[in-house]
Amino acid sequence: MSFWSQAWEIARVDLSVERRVGETMRVVLPFAVVSLIVFPVALGLQVSFVAQIGPAVFWALGVLFGMQVALRQSAADSPERRDLQALVGVDPAARFVGRTISGVVLTFAFLIALFIAMVVLYGPSLPSASVPALLLSSSLFAVGLTELGTLAGEVTTGLRNRNALASLIVAPLALPLVIGASQTLEALVRDESILPWVLLMTASGLALAVAGVALARPLEEAAR
Amino acid sequence: MDFVASLDDVGVSLGGHPVLRGITLTVAPGDVVGISGANGSGKTTLIRTLATLQRPDKGVGSILGADIEANDLVDVRKRIGLIGHTPALVPELSLRENLTHIARLAGINEDRIGPALDVVGLDEVGSRRAEAASFGMKRRIEVAHLLLRKPQLLLLDEAVSGLDSSATELIDALVENTIDRGGAAVMVSHDRDYLNANCRRTMRLATGHLEVTT
Repeated sequence: MSFWSQAWEIARVDLSVERRVGETMRVVLPFAVVSLIVFPVALGLQVSFVAQIGPAVFWALGVLFGMQVALRQSAADSPERRDLQALVGVDPAARFVGRTISGVVLTFAFLIALFIAMVVLYGPSLPSASVPALLLSSSLFAVGLTELGTLAGEVTTGLRNRNALASLIVAPLALPLVIGASQTLEALVRDESILPWVLLMTASGLALAVAGVALARPLEEAAR
Repeated sequence: MDFVASLDDVGVSLGGHPVLRGITLTVAPGDVVGISGANGSGKTTLIRTLATLQRPDKGVGSILGADIEANDLVDVRKRIGLIGHTPALVPELSLRENLTHIARLAGINEDRIGPALDVVGLDEVGSRRAEAASFGMKRRIEVAHLLLRKPQLLLLDEAVSGLDSSATELIDALVENTIDRGGAAVMVSHDRDYLNANCRRTMRLATGHLEVTT
């Protein structure tokens, strides 16, 4: 079976499992929306201030809860499944790509739902060009964060406290993505070019893709 | 003679503790080798070493003609079949979907899935989710996937534990099928009577050392 066929099959099964388990949209998303509600309450419910901080809160929650989507339990293979995949000839790089594809779909859907909730709850004033810019920055953010989460998941496979350790790896390395995504919206508000921030996220995504594909097999074999 | 598997003075440590010591074992085509041993004697580690899923710390060996220390074991692994302690299924998928998933990953024609389910007696319950299926049903799916893959080296780790007689017969048929194709089988179990009745030779693993018994 070709590399891409394996990657698509892994992504297809991941999404089937997610559709049945609903870990992203029925567990992570409601918690993220509750967190959106907590911020204005904690900050004193000043309407103008809340509207001002809305996009920043959105990206902060986007990275925190996006990590949970990237490291979701339903996408973690048991040791037995990893052994089986090795024996049927699954390329670890194809698994990385497949898992990234499913993670990007879920993280992107999560971010869009969270953004809509933020707009409803915070009422920020955003320029009309912010919708395509948001779609672009959310896509690049979802790709980078998922690649990072998948890579961290591979590094911590089989370890106790996997999710906590993986989050510790992802959080600092996600900074270029958070900066790029949040500054894209800021640049639009200030009527500046978004190109530098888009390039920052694109470069991060490409670097992580190369690292994930190149390291997949060595990481798999190192665990044996 | 070309052995299906050979290990020479192989040692394996896990977490700094030696689990296998000085293991020397050859498995020829047509062989059915049974290895018994108490809990913690290293049976699963030995099976994983033969499956190339556990790299040895010392010694040399070859599996299906490939050096056990080789960097690229992808093609060799495709010719190895393993039934381990825990069925490797996706709990949220149905039994049929699990078999389809494995077949797709392995590049097996999906037309063969229905007949394979029929052979293992799961054609009528294929839509049941794996998490709701019995242990025996999950084992039958593993047998079905190995019937599809036709491995040359079949490794069974306590494969018949907890199975009824009809499921055990399926495992026995799988072993026969492998031998008929010129392959070999290695099975480990704490059930010496089963091994004596079903293997051409048996060995005993005690504190990491292998002793020939028959």
